Amino acid sequence: MSADLNIILPEIFLSIFAMLGLVVGAYGGKDKLAALFVWVTSAVLVATAAWIGFQGAGTGRAFGGMFVDDGFARFAKVTILLAGAAILLMSESYMARRDLLRFEYPLLIVLAIVGMMVMVSAGDLIALYMGLELQSLALYVVAALRRDSVKSTEAGLKYFVLGALSSGLLLYGASLVYGFAGTTLFAGIIEAAEGETPLGLLFGLAFICAGLAFKISAAPFHMWTPDVYEGSPTPVTAFFATAPKVAAMGLFARVVHDAFGGVIGDWQQILAVLSVASMFLGAIAAIGQTNIKRLMAYSSIAHMGYALMGLAAGTAQGVEAMLIYMAIYVTMNIGTFAFILSMEKDGAPVVEINALSLYSKREPMKALAMLVLLFSLAGVPPLVGFFAKYSVLLAAVDAGLAWLAILGVVASVIGAFYYLRIVYLMYFGADESELDTGGSGILWGFLIASAAAMVFGVVNLFGVEGAAAAAAAALVN
Amino acid sequence: MTPVVLTFYLFAIACIAGGLFTVISRNPVHSVLWLILSFLSAAGLFVLLGAEFIAMLLIIVYVGAVAVLFLFVVMMLDVDFAELKGELARYMPLALLIGVVILMQLAMAFGVWTTADGVSIAAEPDAVAGGGAHNTEALGRILYDQYFLLFQLAGLILLVAMVGAIVLTLRHRTNVKRQDVLAQMYRDPAKAMELKDIKPGQGL
Amino acid sequence: METIILFAPLVGALICGFGWRVIGEVAAQWTATLFLFLAAILSWVTFLTFDPFAHEGGAYTVTVLRWIESGSLATDWAIRMDRLTATMLIVITTVSALVHLYSFGYMAHDDNFDDARESYRPRFFAYLSFFTFAMLMLVTADNLVQLFFGWEGVGLASYLLIGFYFRKPSANAAAIKAFVVNRVGDFGLALGIFAIFLMVDSISFNDIFAAAPELAEKEITFLWTTWPAIELICFLLFIGAMGKSAQFILHTWLPDAMEGPTPVSALIHAATMVTAGVFLVCRMSPLMEFADWTQSFIVWIGLITAFFAATVGLVQNDIKRVIAYSTCSQLGYMFVAAGVGVYSVAMFHLLTHAFFKAMLFLGAGSVIHGMHHEQDMRNYGGLRRKMPYTFWAMMVGTLAITGVGIPLLYLGFPVGFAGFVSKDAIIESAYAAGTDASIVAFWGLVAAALMTSFYSWRLMFLTFYGEARGDHHTHEHAHESPMVMVAPLGVLAVGAIFAGMVFYKPFFGSDASVDKFFGNMKVEEHALAEDPVSPLMLGAAHAAGEDGKEHKRAAQVPGQGAIYIAEDNHVLHEAHLVPKWVKLSPFLAMLAGFLLAYQFYIRRPDWPERLAENQRYLYNFLLNKWYVDEIYDFLFVKPAMWVGTFLWKKGDGATIDGGLNGLAMGIVPFFTRLAGRAQSGYIFTYAFAMVLGILVLVTWMTLAGGN
Repeated sequence: MSADLNIILPEIFLSIFAMLGLVVGAYGGKDKLAALFVWVTSAVLVATAAWIGFQGAGTGRAFGGMFVDDGFARFAKVTILLAGAAILLMSESYMARRDLLRFEYPLLIVLAIVGMMVMVSAGDLIALYMGLELQSLALYVVAALRRDSVKSTEAGLKYFVLGALSSGLLLYGASLVYGFAGTTLFAGIIEAAEGETPLGLLFGLAFICAGLAFKISAAPFHMWTPDVYEGSPTPVTAFFATAPKVAAMGLFARVVHDAFGGVIGDWQQILAVLSVASMFLGAIAAIGQTNIKRLMAYSSIAHMGYALMGLAAGTAQGVEAMLIYMAIYVTMNIGTFAFILSMEKDGAPVVEINALSLYSKREPMKALAMLVLLFSLAGVPPLVGFFAKYSVLLAAVDAGLAWLAILGVVASVIGAFYYLRIVYLMYFGADESELDTGGSGILWGFLIASAAAMVFGVVNLFGVEGAAAAAAAALVN
Repeated sequence: MTPVVLTFYLFAIACIAGGLFTVISRNPVHSVLWLILSFLSAAGLFVLLGAEFIAMLLIIVYVGAVAVLFLFVVMMLDVDFAELKGELARYMPLALLIGVVILMQLAMAFGVWTTADGVSIAAEPDAVAGGGAHNTEALGRILYDQYFLLFQLAGLILLVAMVGAIVLTLRHRTNVKRQDVLAQMYRDPAKAMELKDIKPGQGL
Repeated sequence: METIILFAPLVGALICGFGWRVIGEVAAQWTATLFLFLAAILSWVTFLTFDPFAHEGGAYTVTVLRWIESGSLATDWAIRMDRLTATMLIVITTVSALVHLYSFGYMAHDDNFDDARESYRPRFFAYLSFFTFAMLMLVTADNLVQLFFGWEGVGLASYLLIGFYFRKPSANAAAIKAFVVNRVGDFGLALGIFAIFLMVDSISFNDIFAAAPELAEKEITFLWTTWPAIELICFLLFIGAMGKSAQFILHTWLPDAMEGPTPVSALIHAATMVTAGVFLVCRMSPLMEFADWTQSFIVWIGLITAFFAATVGLVQNDIKRVIAYSTCSQLGYMFVAAGVGVYSVAMFHLLTHAFFKAMLFLGAGSVIHGMHHEQDMRNYGGLRRKMPYTFWAMMVGTLAITGVGIPLLYLGFPVGFAGFVSKDAIIESAYAAGTDASIVAFWGLVAAALMTSFYSWRLMFLTFYGEARGDHHTHEHAHESPMVMVAPLGVLAVGAIFAGMVFYKPFFGSDASVDKFFGNMKVEEHALAEDPVSPLMLGAAHAAGEDGKEHKRAAQVPGQGAIYIAEDNHVLHEAHLVPKWVKLSPFLAMLAGFLLAYQFYIRRPDWPERLAENQRYLYNFLLNKWYVDEIYDFLFVKPAMWVGTFLWKKGDGATIDGGLNGLAMGIVPFFTRLAGRAQSGYIFTYAFAMVLGILVLVTWMTLAGGN
């Protein structure tokens, strides 16, 4: 038992931290402590990331295999924790000025992150579900955090109801799988599901995939994304776009490889279909958007399509490409949302894309950084975003899915349009932007750092490649 | 057909019928009542399986608490469900078609249902509980031993649910009068009232 | 030292081109010029101290760096030093250094640019220096790819300098024309290099030359039939040479190239770049000697060019164009020499021509400068008192190009101006070669010599003699050019006078002296002492050929020495033994040309016009350069324009743009609207989409599942 607890020590630590925080917050200074909580929480998250990151190699299994701690999980956890910390830091001033900085906010984020950590470490269908619900429930709440706003409430409610539906699908699939395999442990399922697969198991697989696809907002299970992104407070949107996506992608990879590694041919088709639908829907629907948060929602849908392409390859190379893609995607999104958070006019947040008209004249440095990020999001070489796309395309081609790669390239060409439109507006727009200049140093720092990473990362991707390769090797064997 | 099997079918049919009428009944209050029937039937099924503890939980928690809460909410909110359903009705034919297709496909899947080697569907209720132990004891073993992690995670989920409910609904209103016991106890009548002598005809 | 020669111009170009903002305009120009003078001095040192017999094979290699390694292609960037390279080095660096100096005066003020706001001078000097570097790359190449690199480098520099006055549409058009016409030749050269690599599996000169004898036996399949490999390779290489050296068919760019500033014309389009073709043929002499058919083709092309350009030169009025056609014609002479197998003579004429032609151009530039950029000779006249130095320089140049000397006088070398010695050598060689082509060439070249004399003297008479014509005002302000422009003329004049006599022995003296100079083979002292021409050329020379003693020359190994002369090639020796009337003929042609010009332009200045009236068609034919440009326009330019327009409007515009725009602006927005409508905001729509999604997945699984 103590060995088991040892393995989940980071999760226990974060949970206890969250509960202590709740007690201190409730009996102490309430929301006056919130700013302090945000800083402390960020520090704790970074520390945990370092702890996990330098924990060393090896694979540990706890609670009879329900919880797996391997290189893959560690890679995903570090990404999640760092993304969470970054978003928390960026959100502090925004939330404070809009009177949204409740002391529960950072703690809910921590609990969501605990859920995500369980997700990527799940070795059992029930553990998977528990992690998923822990994460989701916390996210439903923070989505509706601006409770005086109809849109925010609506966002939370929509997310909640549709999330419940997706959980239903997932559970139904899990029950079908359990009915076939007689166990909920991944290790047992992979033994049972090998070679000839009966229709019932395939249905189970399809339903589980549908439930997970909802979490990563892959088309056609993406419909909640634009509304929730738009309605939620912007820092929360930023959080939605980063950490939960990594967690859900990690969970997806874990399920298909750990539990269904014997029937790659079956889920490969599902993932390829989801991937194509997401890439094209994300690219095409984003063109019509005028709200930058909605646009980022479609952008994230498209990006998930590319990440799925890596996963659909069904190889260690594919998983590696997916992990690289997610790490780069998170970095780009942190920078982009730092920019969006800084878009203000007379102190009020602005989300209209047209407001960026000729922004380069007001803030040349920020406009340039945003340009780099947008080019990177679009996958323009030689920026890092290109290498992300390149690695998944390569993985797909190597796995014999050339048609998928070709469709991916076509979609990326279409998708480049809306990124470039923003660049066009910033540099060649019609009338001068009236957005405020200056703004928070933290946001500026994250924006510049992210853009710089897109440029300088081309040297060696900051070593992410090696770590991702090790992580992928731990998952696929 | 033994009485057990007969009872099983009775409860099973009642459960499904309850679910169906919950969805299609026009009056929301009726829907909730149908839901309660469904819960009760499910509890009956648990009893047949020998899981009487869970059956009782279902009745106490779901029927006694949740469903009654639903009933109150539905009666108090006075939502015009007919209007919402009117919107839904436009999609009804398509939805029906899709439902039928999925149903048929699931039927196909069950038609060819197989299990993995060495897995058998439990024929004896005791197989689940294990070793003739009490219901509660068997449950306790599973929850606090085998599924310890999951149990704790479930606790966390409930914590989040509670925190969420508070965050989203609790408001500290500043202009609402509250009872302050200490203030009441230390009240000094002498300071509570001031007498003014007002001369007639002058007013205040 | 070789490395310094090669890179000094590059360093100069870089400092001048990029650093002038830092060090200032004047300093930048001086930097480039001084680097060039450094290179020139070192080149002379190299040339004079070069001893081919100190090195195996008569050449040595200085490796600069490893360059390309791909499969069996391994190429170093290396400097090959042999007599050919050394000769080219002095030509290039000397003329280039003088042109740099001259440009200080010529480019001091230019109406095409705004002096106050534009800095065109450093750019000009940087281009000049860069050109020099590329040209040195070309001549020092130790393999064909490096040569090609230099070849294209000079093409680029030429393009930039012809189009230097980028505000003039005609200059831009000329630059493009030069570039495009050269592409045709370069295509041939590239194919030739490919063919060599295909057959020899190497592009290094040493390997190619060593493989030459066996290459002569091989055949190659190309296009529709099989060819003797050596003929095809040499032919393709010669196509390249034709483009660069403006030989007939590919000559059209050279006259137009005169749109560039005059120093450029002197350096690139007279002295150096255009002779690259001649250099190439001489460099590849070990192959050329085995390609008889190509050799005679070269003779024909050279002859036609020499004759054609001379005829056109007769009637041109633009001073620079006259000299340009003259250049074209002289290049034809060189190719005839190379074609009949006397490569040393081709190089000889190349050397002397570089001096006197550069001088003519610089002199013409001086005139143009003095006459405020007036270039039409009909507006000159009587300038010899206004610009005496220029006049005397031009006079020396004219005497050199027309071939003035004392015939039949032989003091161990013929006595006369540079052109007299080298041109006569070519004409005598052509006669001595004795093939059908070369006999025709002999007569053609004599006729060309007559015309050369005529148009050269016409130029002199029109410019410096007679009455002042044209704008009165311009003539009043006509002035002598500054010393920086006159001084280079003086240096070149020395070359134009003495180069022929000084270098007669090494280039044309006798088999033995040539072999020794080029390091072809060891020769014995007594053979060197033997002179095929007896002192006063009084018949004894000719008798020597008839005394029954057959001329013998030991067999040379291909690749040994700078040029290769086949065992049965006795043209060089025979040329000294031609009959006296042959030796006299170019002199007489020159005299006739001079007298005609004198008659036409000094005694009876009304004659030219009357002749033009009488022979209108002939006159127009010549004035319009045989209508070659018009024929090309009809054959190539118009159809190409038509095809281009068609592909642009219909192919690119309608089909590709139309298709893509239709896709991008029609279909994609349609789907965008569709996606927007699906996003209704109602939860049940969203849920519906999810159910549809699961339906699709489940159906897919049912249909495709289990396999």
